[in-house]
Amino acid sequence: MVIERRWKKWVFFYIPLTVFVVGTLFPFYWMFVTAIRPDAELYRSWRAAQNAPFWTLDPTLAHVKDLLAKTTFPRWLWNTFFIAVVSTLISLFCGLLAGYALARLRFPMAGMLGTSIFVTYLVPPTLLFIPLADIIRNFQLGNTPWALILTYPTFLIPFCTWLLMGYFKTIPRELEECARIDGATRFGAMIRIIFPIAVPGILSAGIFAFTLSWNEFIYALVFLSSPEKKTVPVGVVSELIRGDIYFWGQLMAGALLGSIPVALVYSFFVEYYVTGLTGSVKG
Amino acid sequence: MKAPIAGGAGSAADVVALPRSRASLPSGFTRFLESERLLAVLLLAPTVVLLGAFIAYPFVMGVWLSLSNTSVGNVGEFVGLKNFVKAWNDSIFRTAFWNTSVYTFWATIFKLALGMWLALLLNRHFRGKRLVRASMLLPFIVPTVLSTFAWRWMFDPTFSVLNWTLYKAGFIVTKLPFLSDGTWAMSCAILINTWRGMPFFAITLLAGLQTISPDLHEAASLDGANAWRRFWHVTWPLLKPVTLVVVVFSIIQTFSDFQLIYVLTGGGPANSTHLLATYAYQIGVATGLLGEGAAISLFMLPVLFIVVWLQLRYLRRLEGA
Repeated sequence: MVIERRWKKWVFFYIPLTVFVVGTLFPFYWMFVTAIRPDAELYRSWRAAQNAPFWTLDPTLAHVKDLLAKTTFPRWLWNTFFIAVVSTLISLFCGLLAGYALARLRFPMAGMLGTSIFVTYLVPPTLLFIPLADIIRNFQLGNTPWALILTYPTFLIPFCTWLLMGYFKTIPRELEECARIDGATRFGAMIRIIFPIAVPGILSAGIFAFTLSWNEFIYALVFLSSPEKKTVPVGVVSELIRGDIYFWGQLMAGALLGSIPVALVYSFFVEYYVTGLTGSVKG
Repeated sequence: MKAPIAGGAGSAADVVALPRSRASLPSGFTRFLESERLLAVLLLAPTVVLLGAFIAYPFVMGVWLSLSNTSVGNVGEFVGLKNFVKAWNDSIFRTAFWNTSVYTFWATIFKLALGMWLALLLNRHFRGKRLVRASMLLPFIVPTVLSTFAWRWMFDPTFSVLNWTLYKAGFIVTKLPFLSDGTWAMSCAILINTWRGMPFFAITLLAGLQTISPDLHEAASLDGANAWRRFWHVTWPLLKPVTLVVVVFSIIQTFSDFQLIYVLTGGGPANSTHLLATYAYQIGVATGLLGEGAAISLFMLPVLFIVVWLQLRYLRRLEGA
């Protein structure tokens, strides 16, 4: 290998890496410090002599308590969770079946269908939200979780299909053929042989889809109106700011608590998440 | 993983035990599933129905809306290209279009450059590598709206921690107008977008880097190539295809971005930081002019189309070469 001098390693490796780590994580640290800081300390002039902005001398849970007791935040957490889980399951179901069909079956227009599923990436939610709001109203879905449960799969399915199709292609055909020679139907072989082998791929797609649904904002903003129906991102934006007043302690507590579930899921499945992320690009 | 396979083998044995009933005289439904075409139709149906109802149909309807003067509670009539012409002559729209392009251009360049750098750093061996790699992805995991709030608080006009730090360190004497000046606010938005999107670049490029054989670098350094030349002549050419896909992905996401600006500035001050999506929201949802809003958001389409077309052309050239 290439041998390096000590100072060179510091200049070209340790220092840049430290800067990256600090820059990436500082906003989260700041979220945390703000969430546990009493109001008196939060709103002190930035030129005040006794100011110690990077930590707090008397941490408090007041903001968190207020958030959980005086707002509908717990309700938003549950809504977000429910919507993310159900739309992820729907997308996985559709993605599994469609991915298998595109990877294994020969039928007319297979190529065209495959391409058109992926081209839906081209049509981001911000291009569709105005007509979709109208359609949701016509379907009588406005202000219900189903408005989101049915629309989130539109950006999750193409990704799940893509990822799982790639996964199915790596499974040797012989496995399936053996099962069919033993008398299994094509459908049975798919369910009993191929899907169990694809479990890691399914997990990757599922974790990734879950984080994407947890993140979604514009559909939730446009389709939901009553405070108790909202998801965390929309609730924090529209309900925690009263008039022009920002209650930063509570806002940051909300941001922190709203991030923790998705960060936890992520931390348990980092490797699957990374596979999903890189797999979505390789195609 | 073993159990289901064993189950599969068990049921296959059942079939062997009852040969006449299922193998030679399949019932209507199983015969139906043996046909590849019919099975394909069945498997693709849920996807096609969902994507059709919530992408293709709204898309067509969006085109119709953009050609009509529909507003909330008022069924519109056909007005031709009037909405598009009106948008084009609107100075706020032009600012929004320009902002969207500037935002996409710079954010993508920064994300690519910093993401590549970070990927190269993470590709080396050091203690705590897994932990660092996992924590680097956090900005990408945490909902944009929530992390943008943290940034907004850091840019607060009165209580900005960044102003405080710079002031105490003696770099500035008065507060920097982070979000109260249009150009500053746009730069802040680009910074936050870069912060959020860079990990995605870094991790995917890292995956690409790990497929490159160390032997190639070894050979190049034996031939006397320094670190920069090794990167430029060995790593970069091999990473190009992955990079291209990531860049296209990111351009589509950034060009159609909404939440970051919505939370950070709401398009202000004085409509100077609107993106196409936030302006379409303001006109279409906040004001209720559905037709005009739909027209504004449709202006995104040609740009996205050109990006994807260029990508396909480039990939085809790569395959041809």
